Amino acid sequence: MTNTSMSTREKVEKSMVRRRAAEKRFRVYGMASVLFGLLCLVGLFGDIINKGASAFRQTVIQTEILIDADYLGINKKADDQEIRNADFEGLIKQHFKKLVQPEGRSERRMLYSMISAGAAWQLQEAVMLNPSLLGQTMSINLIADDDVDQWFKHDRGTELHNNRMNETQVKWLEQWIEQGMLKTQFNTLFFVNGDSREPELAGIRGAITGTFLTLLVTFLLSFPIGVAAAIYLEEFAPRNKITEFVEININNLAAVPSITFGLLGLAIFINIFGVARSTPLIGGLVLTLMTLPTIIISGRAAIKAVPPSIREAAFGLGASKMQVVFHHVLPLALPGMLTGTIIGMAQALGETAPLLMIGMVAFVVDVPGFVNDPSTVLPVQIFLWSDSPERAFMERTSGAIMVLLGFLVTMNTAAVMLRRRLERRW
Amino acid sequence: MNYSSLIIAVLILLGGAYLLGRNRARAIASQGIRLHSLPTHYGALMALWTGLPPLLLLLIWGLAEAPIIDHLLIAQLPEAIQQGTSSEIQLTISKVHNLAIGAGIDAAPELEPAVRHLIDLQQRTLLLHSGMVLSLALLGIALTWRRIKADMRARTEVESIVRRLLFASSGVAVLTTLGILASVLYEAWQFFGKVSPFEFLFGTTWSPQVALRADQSGSSGSFGAVPLFAGTLLISLIAMFIAVPVGLMAAIYLSEYATPTIRQYAKPALEILAGIPTVVYGFFAALTVAPVIRELGESMGLAVSSESALAAGLVMGIMIIPFVSSLSDDVINAVPQSLRDGSYGLGATKSETVKEVVIPAALPGIVGAIMLAVSRAIGETMIVAMAAGLAANLTANPLDSVTTVTVQIVTLLVGDQEFDSPKTLAAFALGLVLFLVTLVLNFVALKVVQKYREQYD
Repeated sequence: MTNTSMSTREKVEKSMVRRRAAEKRFRVYGMASVLFGLLCLVGLFGDIINKGASAFRQTVIQTEILIDADYLGINKKADDQEIRNADFEGLIKQHFKKLVQPEGRSERRMLYSMISAGAAWQLQEAVMLNPSLLGQTMSINLIADDDVDQWFKHDRGTELHNNRMNETQVKWLEQWIEQGMLKTQFNTLFFVNGDSREPELAGIRGAITGTFLTLLVTFLLSFPIGVAAAIYLEEFAPRNKITEFVEININNLAAVPSITFGLLGLAIFINIFGVARSTPLIGGLVLTLMTLPTIIISGRAAIKAVPPSIREAAFGLGASKMQVVFHHVLPLALPGMLTGTIIGMAQALGETAPLLMIGMVAFVVDVPGFVNDPSTVLPVQIFLWSDSPERAFMERTSGAIMVLLGFLVTMNTAAVMLRRRLERRW
Repeated sequence: MNYSSLIIAVLILLGGAYLLGRNRARAIASQGIRLHSLPTHYGALMALWTGLPPLLLLLIWGLAEAPIIDHLLIAQLPEAIQQGTSSEIQLTISKVHNLAIGAGIDAAPELEPAVRHLIDLQQRTLLLHSGMVLSLALLGIALTWRRIKADMRARTEVESIVRRLLFASSGVAVLTTLGILASVLYEAWQFFGKVSPFEFLFGTTWSPQVALRADQSGSSGSFGAVPLFAGTLLISLIAMFIAVPVGLMAAIYLSEYATPTIRQYAKPALEILAGIPTVVYGFFAALTVAPVIRELGESMGLAVSSESALAAGLVMGIMIIPFVSSLSDDVINAVPQSLRDGSYGLGATKSETVKEVVIPAALPGIVGAIMLAVSRAIGETMIVAMAAGLAANLTANPLDSVTTVTVQIVTLLVGDQEFDSPKTLAAFALGLVLFLVTLVLNFVALKVVQKYREQYD
C-alpha cells in the first residue's frame, strides 16, 4: 500500500517539474505578447518621429540682397498691384549670379534650381510690407529648394550619388556653409501655407482648417442627434420588436467598415441630393453617420449609470417623465456622454477612407473659409503626400502625422480628464 | 437670402418666440388665473412651432432643389445635347452652372438660354423659399400666440413633440443602414444588368479598365472578383495570424497574471494602438515595414514584391491586436471566479486552469471577438490602399502583391466618375459584398457575445 502511494507521489513530483515549466512558459508567452504590443507602439511612434522631426526645420539661405528699384521698375509709391507684377524672381537670380558666378547656361540653371520658387514671393511680401526697402540692401533668409533642404539636413558628407545635388552644387553649398549663409530655421511655412506641389512650400494649414470645419459639422449634427437617440432608447422606448431592431441596427453600424459610409455619401448625398463634393459639409455629413453609433452607445451607458433613486425622487416630487429626464438624468449623464462624443470625434478626426469617396482628395491650395468651400482634411493630406515621389514630402508626411497624433492625444487626454473630474461614483 | 442667413433668421425668430410665449403666459398668470403649465412651457411650445416647420422645410428644400433645377435645365439645353448620353448631359449642366456664376472659361452661345434660365430660376427659388420659410415661422408665432390660454395643456403638447423628436433621432441609425443598403443595392443591380453575377462572383480575371471610346482597343473590362476575394482573405489571414495569438495571450496575461499596476498602465497603452488613424499605419506599412521585408527577403534569396501582402497583413495585425485583446479581456473577466477556484482546488496550476477551464468557458465570447476582428480586417481600407498593390494576382504567396476589395473600391471611385460605366458600378457591387459579409460577421458575433454574457450574469 505504501509502495503504490509513494509511487503516485513520485509520479506527481516528477510531473510537477514539467507542469511548472509549462506554467513558466505560458507566463512568458503572455508577457511577451504584451511586450510585443508595446514594442510595436514604441516602434511606430519612434519611426514617425525619426522621419518627421526634421520637417519642422527648413533650410534657408541668408543673404544680403539689394532691392534694385530700377531693375524691378517700381518706385516707393508703387501700389500693391505694381509690386505684385514686378520681377522679383529675376532679381534673385541676378543676385545669385553675381554672388556665385556660374559658368554657362547649365550651371546657371543648376544654381537657380537651388532656390525655392517661394523665395521671390518672400521678397515681394517684405517689400509690400515695407516699401522703403526699395533701393536698399536688406538681409533676408530665402527658402532653399527641397533638394538643398534634404541635402543639408540629411545627406551632407555622404556619397554623392545618393542625393540629387551634383558636385558643382555641393561645392557652392559648402562655400555658403563656410560663409554661414546656409542654416535651418523653424518651418513656419509648414503651419501657415496650404498644399503645394513644391515640398518646401507645402503646408498643413488648409488641411487643418478643413479638418476643423468638417469636425464642426460632425459635432453639430452628431452630438444632438446622438444624445437624443440615446435618451429615447434608454428612457422612452417601449420594449418591443421595433426598439430591438433599432438597437441591433446601431450595434451593427458601429462595426460596419467605414468605407461603406463613403459609398452612401457618394450615391445618396452627392448623386441624389446634389451636395457639393470635396466640401467640409459633405465630409461632416458622412462622418456624422459614422460617429453616431459610438455616441449613442456611450450615451446609453452614461444614462444607465444614473441610479434609479434619482429618477424616483424626482417623480416623487411630481415631475413629469420629460422633466425627470431633462432636469435630473441628463445633467448627471452629460459628462459620460461628452467623453463618448470626444472619443467619437477623435475617430472621425483620423478617418480617411470614406472621405476619399466623396472627393476630399482634391488638390486644394486655398485655405477653406467655410463649410461649402473645397477642402481636404489632415488624414487625406497625409495620404496624398505619402504618394508623392519627392523625398521632402516623406518628411512632411511624417510631420503632418505628428500633428495629427498630437491632436488625437490631446482629445483623448481631454476625454480621460473629463471622465476623472466629472465622473461620479454612486 | 442664402441658407446660413435663413437658418440664423429662423433661430432668432425662435428665440423671440420663446420670450413672447413665456411673457404672454406670465401676463395671463399675473391676472390671478391659474395656468395649466409653467410659463416656460408656453414659451417652449411657441419656439417649437416657430422653429420646427421652417427648418424642416429648409431641409427638404435643400435636398430637393438641386435635382429639380437640373431637371428643369435639361429642357432648356440644345436638342443635340439632350440626345446625348447622361454623362454628356451632366457635363453640360455643370458647365451651365459655372457660366451662371461667371466662372466659365469659354463662353458658349448655344448654352446662353439655359444659363439665363438657370439664373432666373435661382433668383426665383431663392425668393420663394426665403419667403416661405419666414412666413412659416411668423405663422407659427401668430397661431400659437392665439392658442395660449390659461387652460391650454402646453406641457403635454411640448412633451409629445419632444418625444417625437427623440424618436426621430433614434431613427437616423435605421435610415443610415437603409441608405447604405439602398445605395449599394441599386448601383449593384445596375452593374449586374451589364455583368452577370456569376461572372462577378466566380470569374478569376479582374481588369476593370473599360474602353472610354469605341475605337480604343484592348481593354474590354473583365470583372471576375475572385482575385480580390482571395487577396482580401490572404491579408486578413496574415493579420489574424499576428493578432489572435498576441491579442489572446496579452488578454490572458493582463487578466490572470499581471499585477493591478501593470494592468492599469499596459491595458490603455495597448489600446492606443486601436486609436491610431489607419492612414498612419498605412504610411508605416508602405515606407518602413515593406522595405524591411523586401531587404530581409532578398537577403534570403526570395523574390519579394515591393507591395507585398505580408507587409500590409503584418501591420494590419498590429492594428487589430487591441480589438482581440480588449474584447477577450472582457469575456475572460466575465468568467466567474468560482470556476477558477474549483480548478485550483483540484490542484491545477494557473496555466492549466486558464487552458482547461477559463478559455473553454470563455470560448464563445472569444470566438465572437475574433469574428469582430476579422470583420474589421476585411473592411480595413487605408493600410491596404497604401501598402498592398493594385495588381489583381490570384496567389497564396504572401510575398507577392495582391489587391483587396476595399482597395479596388477606392481606386474605382476616387476622382471623377461616370455613373453608367460598369467600372464605377463594379465598386458598388464590391461594396455590397463587403457590406453583406461584414454585416453577417458582426451580427453573428454580437449575438454570440451577448448570449455568452447573459449566461454568467
